[in-house]
Amino acid sequence: MSTAADVTAAGLDPAALAGYEGHPPRMGFFTDTSVCIGCKACEVACKEWNSVPEDGLQLTGMSYDNSVSLNASTWRHVAFIEQIGHGPPDATADGAHSVDGAVDAAQPDAPRWLMASDVCKHCTEAACLDVCPTGALIRTEFGTVVVQDDICNGCGYCVPACPFGVIGRRESDGGAHKCTLCYDRLGDGLTPACAKACPTESIQFGPVDELRERAQQRVSELHENGTDSARLYLQDPGDGIGGGGAFFLLLDEPEVYGLPPDPVVTTRDLPRMWRHVATAAGGLAATAVAACLGWRGSQR
Amino acid sequence: MSGRSPRDEEFSDMARYGPGEPRDSAEQVVASKVRPDSYYGRAVIKEPVWSSPEIPGYLFLGGLAGASSVLAACAQATGNRELARAAKTGATVAIGLSLAALVKDLGRPVRFLNMLRVFKVTSPMNIGSWLVSGYTPTAAVAAASALTGRMPRVGAAASGAAAVLGAGVATYTAALVTDTAVPAWHEGHREMPYLFAGSAASAAGGLGMLAVGQPAAAQAVRFAVLGSAAELTAKSLLLQRLGDVGQPYRSGLAGKLMETAEVLTAAGLTGAVLGGRNRAAAAVSGAALVTASALTRFGIFFAGRTSARDPAYTVAPQQQRLQEAAATGAG
Repeated sequence: MSTAADVTAAGLDPAALAGYEGHPPRMGFFTDTSVCIGCKACEVACKEWNSVPEDGLQLTGMSYDNSVSLNASTWRHVAFIEQIGHGPPDATADGAHSVDGAVDAAQPDAPRWLMASDVCKHCTEAACLDVCPTGALIRTEFGTVVVQDDICNGCGYCVPACPFGVIGRRESDGGAHKCTLCYDRLGDGLTPACAKACPTESIQFGPVDELRERAQQRVSELHENGTDSARLYLQDPGDGIGGGGAFFLLLDEPEVYGLPPDPVVTTRDLPRMWRHVATAAGGLAATAVAACLGWRGSQR
Repeated sequence: MSGRSPRDEEFSDMARYGPGEPRDSAEQVVASKVRPDSYYGRAVIKEPVWSSPEIPGYLFLGGLAGASSVLAACAQATGNRELARAAKTGATVAIGLSLAALVKDLGRPVRFLNMLRVFKVTSPMNIGSWLVSGYTPTAAVAAASALTGRMPRVGAAASGAAAVLGAGVATYTAALVTDTAVPAWHEGHREMPYLFAGSAASAAGGLGMLAVGQPAAAQAVRFAVLGSAAELTAKSLLLQRLGDVGQPYRSGLAGKLMETAEVLTAAGLTGAVLGGRNRAAAAVSGAALVTASALTRFGIFFAGRTSARDPAYTVAPQQQRLQEAAATGAG
């Protein structure tokens, strides 16, 4: 249960709710996709540091994206969206924005190439953690969500529960895996591998409160510069997941990046589900009673 | 990877975008510069990794077992030992098969007992594990006592406990599937428990009609009739609620399964009402109802998978929700 101390203007404090006392500040990522150059250093650094196995080497034809989506063995995924001739949504008839948001009136059909490094959102209200039947998924003192590999029995429930399709079950070991926000590095006061490797500071790591302020500042800055399409995604503690521990600055609708536009954690509806289950179970029993009453063995 | 390129998938998805709503062809989409509504047509959420026939089979067998135990206890209480014995035996066999299927589906089967290291109401699978763990031995004891005639008091107590737990086993699976981000499951979370309960009762009644003759079968006939009527009603309410998101229940493999199930349920229901007193007619009707219940669960399972795979089912309702919220905020 939440107490007054757990709820601040910044939303729920997930570590306090999980029972940590005197815990460190909630840590997270702010991924500013407007400065992502698609180098995939984050993908590589993540794989190397966390010893995440190779998971397919095919050319997909999806621009420069050959890792396709987040999965059990892809914990950072860089999306590439080529909007050839599309123009950004706020482009006027006589001009299009270049990648950095400046209007190029000479090239109304200029292509736009969006790149974005996706990651586990470390939700304030995390469906994967809620539905995990073994307690393998836990909340850390940093407010992040991690899988304890020695507990997970590979039931797969977290996989369809995640509203973002982040967590997956690995074929080779049967267990569920996802980003840990480099829990081991955090414990030693280090920056997660992806943020450390990012050459443009598209991936920023820090206390969530601070990152939220920084994100707000950045989006205002972009708006002033004329990039009206810039918007923050999952930074709002009032959204359907209570805000993400990892949130994003996007230049188009979330669904363009393969992200759900209005995700809601499934367990918000669970009390209602249990009520209906209880009523249905009672109904089942009442039906059996009704079916059996008045029966006489000799009747034909 | 298939021979089709992801681009083809993107365009076919865009062509299908907005279920039931025809869209422009791929060429026209390009020409009219419509922005992609998805990332290369890729799913937003992950498809359940649960395998078939294990998990849909469990949804069916768990329902059959649980409802059979409920029926058995009522039959026993009213002196219908023949039906009680058959239902208890059926319940035990069904839950035994279920357990095997559940363990087999785990990524790490040797760790199945990890389900019981915590008690978590936020996880229907955890609650289900506790329910099934309590239910299975009681159902087995009830069946053993009924079949051997030994320890009748223990048997009676066990069959009472199995009925209570069985009602939970038959219905909690609705929360199990709807407590996910899978659109065709989650959006039906209000109706699914009643659909599962009705389907379970229909199957249990059907099994009773198959296993015993009159007069013992009379209770099974009534249970099946009430159950299948509830199932059909709940199914129709579910599809009404889902609207466009319910499309996977009407098309493809899931659509065929659901349609066949509905025909069999209607036939079984009619047979039970009209020919319930004829041994052969009752047996055929019972078999139809058991089959229908199984097909319904497989249909629901595959419909969920389809709705997870297509980004439109995830994105469109969320976009609509945002638009409605914006309209309310503006107005």
